[in-house]
Parts: sequence; C-alpha cells; structure tokens
Amino acid sequence: MVFSLPAFSYMIALIVDAFLIFFAIFHIIAFDELKTDYKNPIDQCNSLNPLVLPEYLMHMAFNLLLLISGEWVTVLINAPLIAYHVLRYKNRPMMSSPGLYDPTSIMNADTLSKCQREGWIKLGFYVFSFFFYLYG
Amino acid sequence: MNPYGSVDGHRTLGNPGVGQAPPTITHSFQPLQPVGSPTRLPDVVQPPMPPTPSFRPPQPQVVQQGPPVGLYPGTQGPQPSYPSPVSGPPFPGYGQNAPQAMAPQQYPPQQQPLYGSYPTDAPVQASTINPMQPQQPRQGYWGDVNQLSQGMAGMSVNQGFNAGWGVAPIDLLQNRHIIPPNPVIEPPKITLQNEYWSSVNCESDIFRCTMTKIPETSGLLQKCRLPLGILIHPFKDLPRLPVVQCNTIVRCRACRTYINPFVHFIDKRRWKCNLCFRSNDVPDEFLFDPKSSTYGDPGRRPELQSATIEFIAPSEYMLRPPQPAAYVFLLDVSWNAVQSGYLKIVCDTLLAHLPDRLPGDSRTLVSFIAFNSALHFFALSPECSRPKLMTVKDVDDVFLPTPDTLLVNLAEIGSCVEDLLTQLPMMFNEPDAGNALGAALQAAHKLLGPIGGRVTVFQTQLPDVGPGALKSREDPNQRAGKDVHNLNPATDFYKKLALDCSAQQICVDLWLLSGQYADLATLSGISKFSGGCIHYIPGFHVTRFPLSGEKLEAELGRYLSRKIGFEAVMRVRCTRGLAVHTFHGNFFVRSTDLLSLPNVNPDAGFGMQVVIEEALTGVQNACFQAAVLYTSSKGERRIRVHTLCLPVSGSLPQLLHSVDQEAVVGLLAKMAVDRTVTASLTDAREAFVNMVVDMLSAFRAAEGGGGMGLTSAPNARLIPVYVLALMKSVAFRVGTSTKLDDRVFSMCQMKASFTSLPLADLILMVYPCLYPVHNMSDEDAIVESDGEIIPQPPRLPLTYERIDSGGVYLMDSGDKLTFYVCRAINPAWILAVFNVHHFSHIQDGAIDLPELDTRESKRVRSFLGHLQAQKFMPATLVVMREDSKDRMDFVHRLVEDKSDCGSSYYEFLQMLKGLVK
Repeated sequence: MVFSLPAFSYMIALIVDAFLIFFAIFHIIAFDELKTDYKNPIDQCNSLNPLVLPEYLMHMAFNLLLLISGEWVTVLINAPLIAYHVLRYKNRPMMSSPGLYDPTSIMNADTLSKCQREGWIKLGFYVFSFFFYLYG
Repeated sequence: MNPYGSVDGHRTLGNPGVGQAPPTITHSFQPLQPVGSPTRLPDVVQPPMPPTPSFRPPQPQVVQQGPPVGLYPGTQGPQPSYPSPVSGPPFPGYGQNAPQAMAPQQYPPQQQPLYGSYPTDAPVQASTINPMQPQQPRQGYWGDVNQLSQGMAGMSVNQGFNAGWGVAPIDLLQNRHIIPPNPVIEPPKITLQNEYWSSVNCESDIFRCTMTKIPETSGLLQKCRLPLGILIHPFKDLPRLPVVQCNTIVRCRACRTYINPFVHFIDKRRWKCNLCFRSNDVPDEFLFDPKSSTYGDPGRRPELQSATIEFIAPSEYMLRPPQPAAYVFLLDVSWNAVQSGYLKIVCDTLLAHLPDRLPGDSRTLVSFIAFNSALHFFALSPECSRPKLMTVKDVDDVFLPTPDTLLVNLAEIGSCVEDLLTQLPMMFNEPDAGNALGAALQAAHKLLGPIGGRVTVFQTQLPDVGPGALKSREDPNQRAGKDVHNLNPATDFYKKLALDCSAQQICVDLWLLSGQYADLATLSGISKFSGGCIHYIPGFHVTRFPLSGEKLEAELGRYLSRKIGFEAVMRVRCTRGLAVHTFHGNFFVRSTDLLSLPNVNPDAGFGMQVVIEEALTGVQNACFQAAVLYTSSKGERRIRVHTLCLPVSGSLPQLLHSVDQEAVVGLLAKMAVDRTVTASLTDAREAFVNMVVDMLSAFRAAEGGGGMGLTSAPNARLIPVYVLALMKSVAFRVGTSTKLDDRVFSMCQMKASFTSLPLADLILMVYPCLYPVHNMSDEDAIVESDGEIIPQPPRLPLTYERIDSGGVYLMDSGDKLTFYVCRAINPAWILAVFNVHHFSHIQDGAIDLPELDTRESKRVRSFLGHLQAQKFMPATLVVMREDSKDRMDFVHRLVEDKSDCGSSYYEFLQMLKGLVK
C-alpha cells in the first residue's frame, strides 16, 4: 500500500483517538470521585475544565484531516459527536475561563449522572472508532 | 389561547424518581377481614372501635422513658374490654407499618373503594378477635387519631363517615371558596406507630416533608405524582433548646448519624442506627443521666427525648480554634447613594446596635469600607481619637493600605467607631457617580481572609468601575413580554469571588437599595454561593418614599441583632434507600450531602429534593437528620441536630392523603425557579400546570375515577389555588410589567426565603391573608394576659367579590401590611381610626395609624400588633386609599380574580378539569 493521504490521516486519527480514550477515562474517574465525596467540586472543576477544549479541538482536527482526504463515511460517523460538542459548548454556563463545568451546579444529582453517562458513552464511541480506524 | 401555554410537551418539574423505578407497585390494601383467618372467636357484640392511640403493642426492644408508651386497653378512656394481650384483625392499611409486613400478595386485590366500605363492616371487624394474628401496631390511618375518635363519637355509623374522618375527597368545583377562615393552616400531623415518637418528632416549622408518609418504592412515588422533598429551617430561633455537653457525642460508627429518639435499643449496651441499621455500642457516659446525676437507663438522656438538640462540640470538631465574630460593612457612597439618604439610617441603626446588640464577645472585630469609584478605608485605633480616612484610587489591583488598623477589636477602640458613624453620612459630598463594588468586595475578602466572618454590602446602583463592572441589560419595553431574558448572571466574577469567600468562611450579605436596574441576577451570585442573604428595597429614597426608609430600619435592626453562626457546615443524612437529589437555598454544595455555609442565620431556609434510590421494603420509618456544625458568636463550637421521622407506606391512597400542601407549594416554587433559570419561564409555568394536572389525575385514578367534578384529596385542596397564585406572583407572572430586579429578587426569596418561618412567609408572599377590619367584633377574640383584647377577623379569599365598597381591609403579605380603605366607608369609622372627617382627608401612603382612644382604633391597632408580633422581621404598614395610584398593587394580589396576568380561580379549575384524565 502506498503511503497516501487517507492512510496518513487514519494514522493520525488512531493516535489522537488513543488520547481521547484517556480523556474519557479521566472524565469518568473524576466524576466518580465527586460522587463518592473524595474531591472538592472546585478542585475537580479546575482540573477538568482545561481539558474540555483540547478534547473537542483534537477530535475536530482529525476529522478535518479525514474530510480533506475524502473519507466521507468516517466523517459522517463522527459528525453527530462534533455537533454535540458544539452545542454543548454553546450552552455552557456563564464562565470567564474556558471549560464546561461549574462547581456550583455540578453537585446536582442530575448533572452528575448526566456527565457520568456522557463519559461512558464517549468512551464506548472512542473505543469503537479506535478499532474502526485500525482496520478501516 | 391557553394562558398557560401548551401542555403537549408534558413537561414536569422533574420528579426526581424518574427512570429508576421498577414499574410494579404494591397496593397493599388490607381486606376488611383477613383471608382465611384460621380461627374465629365467637362474635362479641360491640360498638365499632375507633383506633385510639392507646391501643398499641408493647415494644420490648425500645427502651423509652417519658410519656407512657404501650398503654393497654382500658387504661385510657372508655374502651371495650378486651382480653389482654389483645390482638385484633388488622385495620385497613395498617400492614405497611407492621414490623414484618406481610407480603401484600397475601391479600386479594381491593374490591371496593377503601373509604366507602369501612363503616358497614366495622362492627364485625371490631368484634372479631383473632388470637392467631400477631399483635400489630394500629396506626392512625387517617392522620390525627384524636380528631378521629371525636369525629366518631355520636355519629351515625353510615353517615358522614368520610367527613368525620377527614378523608372525603373534595370537589374543587363545588367548593370555590377553599381558603379556610382561620389564617393558620395546620400542617398535617405525622403519626408514627409509637405515640412517644409522634410526640417527640421534629417541629413542623423546623423540618417538614412534602409528604407525611414516605412511599415504599420510587415507582409508587411516581404514581403519586407529587414532589418528594424536605424543607428545613435549621437555625431557627427556638424558645427552648436542650443543650448537651459531653466528652463523646454518640454517633453511628458507619454513617456518623447522631443518636436520636428514633433509634432502637437492642439492649442497654447496644443501639441500632435508624439510618443505616448498623448496631453500635452505647458508651458508659451515655448511661449517665445529667438531670438526676445517676447511672442507668439511657432513655432518660436528652438526646433520646428531643428530636432537636444542640451539642457543645469537643475539640475534634474544630479544624482551627473557633474564630471571633468579625463584621465588615461595605457602604456605597456614590452620588446616587448619597442622594438616596440611606447612609444616615444605616449609621444610626448601627450606632444603636454596635456596642451590645451585635452578637459577639470581647474578641469581636469590625471594619468599615466606603466605596464609590475609589475605595475609602477607615483606620481605627485606640490611640488616635479620630478615624483616619485613606483613599485607594487604584481599583483594578486592590491592596489594603494599613492591614492591622482596618479590622479592629470593637471593645478596644471604644468611641472611635461612634465618631466615625456620626461623621460618615456627611463625609462624602462630591458628585462621584462611579461604583466599584467588585474592588470593594475584593478588599473585604482580603481583609477577612485569614479569619472569616460576615461582609454586609449596601449597594444602590449598578457597579460600573473596576473589576466586576456591569452594563444595564434590562429593556423596559420587554417588561411585560412573554419570555423573560437575562435571568442568568452576566459575568461569573461575583460567583467566583463568592466561592473564594466561601472557602475562607466569609459570607456576603447584600442589601440592594436601588432606584433603577442594578442587575440583581448577577449581583445575587455573591450572596447565593457564600451562604448570605439578600435584601432588596426597590425605589429606595428616604424623602420621596418614607416607607422604604422605614423598611430599611426595621429589617436592618433585625439583621444586626439576630443570632449568627460562623464557619458552618450542614449535613443532611437520610435513611438508606433515600438520597438528597437537589439542594435549594444559599450555600455551596461541597459534596453530595454537605453544604458549606460560611454563616448561618436564623432566617435562612433550605429545601431539598429527595429521591428513592432503593425500595424501602421492610422499613417502617424513614428518617432525615440535618446537623449544623457552627461557631457561635461567643466562640463556641456547637452542633445543632434535627431529626424527622416519617412512616413508610406502600399504599397509594394513603400516600395521596398524606400530602403536606404548603410544603409541596414551597418545594414547587423552588423547583420552578431552577427551571426558569435553566430553561425558560414558559417552561416553568407549563410545569406548574402539569404538576397540578398530574396530581389530580393520580388522585382520580386512585379513587376509582368516579364523579364528574374535579376531586382532590382534602390535604391537597389548596394546591391549585396556591399554584395559581404562584403563577401570578412577581417571580413567575407574565403579561404585566415586571421589573427584572423585582422578578429576580422574588425568585431569590422563593429559592432561599431569608425571612423567618421560611415556609409560612413564602406562602404569605404568594397568597396573602386578607382580613376585613371595618367590622371587627370581640367575638372569638383572644384575651391576652394583660387584658388586651385582640379581635380575630376571619380570613377572606383573595377576590374582589368579597371587597365591600364600604369596607376596610388589611392585607398581610409577609413583609408588608396594606391597609386598604374603600371609598364608601362610614365616616364615623374614619373619624374613630384616622381622626379625619372625610375619606379624601386620609393620607394615602401613610405608614402608621394615629393612636386614638376609641374602640375601633384600639381594635385595629391591637390586631396589627398581634400580626406584627408573629413576625421576626417587622412588616411595614401602608395605608392605601381606593383612589390611590398604587391601587393596582393591591388589586394584583387578589389572585383569585381574572387579571392581565392570568385567569380567575374558577377558570383555572375549569381548565384543569379539561386536562385531568
């Protein structure tokens, strides 16, 4: 196989996806800690918030690469997640720093379980796409 | 067009148990006769026996003292003679509370409506004595058993049964005037299987649950369609509070629950926690009775005799030595503030309170900072007699000029503070319009950081200089619009600062005395997350609106002299299976059950939504325990513990009859505020209607769906009218011009009522009391011990129908008493009360009544005094003539009438009827 642009973009996607899996795991652990009272919500939000934008941007970056190399199917698979990310960031609470999580509302049981569910779904999706890129 | 918006979306305020419930529910109705009762003794002809409270089994495992527990038949009142020990067939619905609830499937499904069938079978039932049945507690199924037995006496068995037992469903369409004439609506009684427990349960104005019985499963809760939650007023001023000082505070080793009257003693040395059911050892010290100074029975301990108790905490409850009381006052001295004349009132009130009436001890610290576009610090020291003024112009990078002479000991500086307060109102006369609130708060944060304490901010306008500067967001043309914007903060500066303050045990109380828009939605963040309180006096001006000055003085007086707890935390624990879902109030949630409250004040109320995570099968009682750990103003670390115990029930009709309507409305208001802020006002209004529709539908389904009317449980009959009133309240109304700040403040109040008796005042705010005062008589009057006669006029429903053109009415809306004088009032009455000859001579907007020596005047004034005495924060009185320009304020409060902000009560009911399935 020739070293083509699609092959290169899949390689990049694979590497970035591995990082995203780590982000998702970190996210799940962080919310579990909050739920079991190990961490203060202020500290936890301070450690989570700086990671939100990099995650979103990394995901969008390799999708852009895939789009350039004409991998429509892969981009279509990722499109819902990109849309979700954009929407989620648009509706974030009023904050002066980047990030999504607000320490005053994060302890609400609804928010907490929503974030946890989000983490698990994302982890599943990233693991699925990891194998998809590997063999795709 | 439906004024409440479309209900198609069927949004509700988020019943917390959604999605966790097993869909099956257990209707554990008892048949009227046990199935296949093995043996039956010969029938004895006896009258039907009301389930008196004295009829109960012995509870050998509970060692209790105090009011007699386990009385046997014959010891109280006329009782049919029973063989002892007595056992009878179960009364309907008792089984859920039996120690080992018999499997509900054991009984056939219910054949007849529960409430209709009882009387005819009762004689048989009462006379059937079945020795094979284990002795079971008979719980007062219909609430207040005393009332029940009275109701039964002299009543023909078949007639009026339901009415006498207070369970008859009420047809709302038939009973339009639903508000009872008695202004005090008694909360429903909680009846536990043990009379002693019922008698020691936490008082309803401290701790209240929206249901007086807890559903067994979350599926059952969903069927009830009622919000489950608790309302708590933890630091309320109490006339009698047992205080315990001991070396070891007895707590459960697993869940850290404090020992309370509802625990089980397995034997004298072990107790079983009522929250996590772990068995714990009783320490030796606990066997000591402090009253009689003897060892022995643990049942005599005050911990087991009161559900509200205060402990003096030993040193392991301190992270650092208890802090001294520290108060910082931030005074807005911008041109606008100086013009409004508030400084004089604040300084005078402070002068009157500062030396002695401010809570504290010899370590009390105070500081004053004034701010306009610059910060003005006052260096106070015992050496120099005059306070030194230091101005910091750089507001972007705040620093403290002389840190050690700014926050000073009140006792040491003596008259220096008095000098300062007398000079302060005249000190700032230059027209400086700027307002650097953000910088002033940062300075106060720096000043108090190492100690913690209370910051009191007086603010009169939008902050526009330095950090935290804001821009006006209100568009006056949008005030009457359908959807309201800008309810969320414009910047998170105040919230972040509040979190920093909260971490350092600083609380910020905001007094907003503004004429124009001041963006309370943003500013309130500073108090909301630091455990503070918000006071708002719109249109404040001393000369133009004397009433506002009066109000400030009254509220400030209470504010300064009330108790205060520093560096506090509150933890709420509940029985295993229950969990707190959402907290409402002013605090920062530090972990799933821990609230950080830098200060706690006696007027703060909190609400919590509760979810049922695991089914409570086999549990008789569910308990909630709230513990507030705080440092008193005298530098003592104390823990105040409140425990509420509620029976668990598996029967849907029982649960529907156990509603506490006022608590439901209180919690609903809080949930709706959340909904408005996260979604929209339209959503919240829809959710209100849906909630009522769901509740009535659930009731109809449970009652068998008969009848044409709109039936409701008697305990829930006021919910529709209260919800209608809520939708017409300042917070949730649409269609009427409402200032954004007024709306936001009303929401803040609903979320965390700062006023005393949070729930009662919230209800008053939503649905004021209206009394006719022109024809008061001495009938039903209360006679005080000093001979003063207080007339008790009946309460009127809030509708113009009841306003007589020749009457005078008093409307009590919590913080305001409106004295409404109609045009055709008898001139003699005017002369007797106002000392003027004609209606047009009555001063409109007057803030007090002349003291005249006439019978009418005395009656009116003693009634006013009586209402005022029930409030902790004195209400302001205002006289309003029928032709007053503010008349619409009064008319808008008549919530049962049709107005531009909604339909009338009757129309509302008709609409509900159309929606109830």
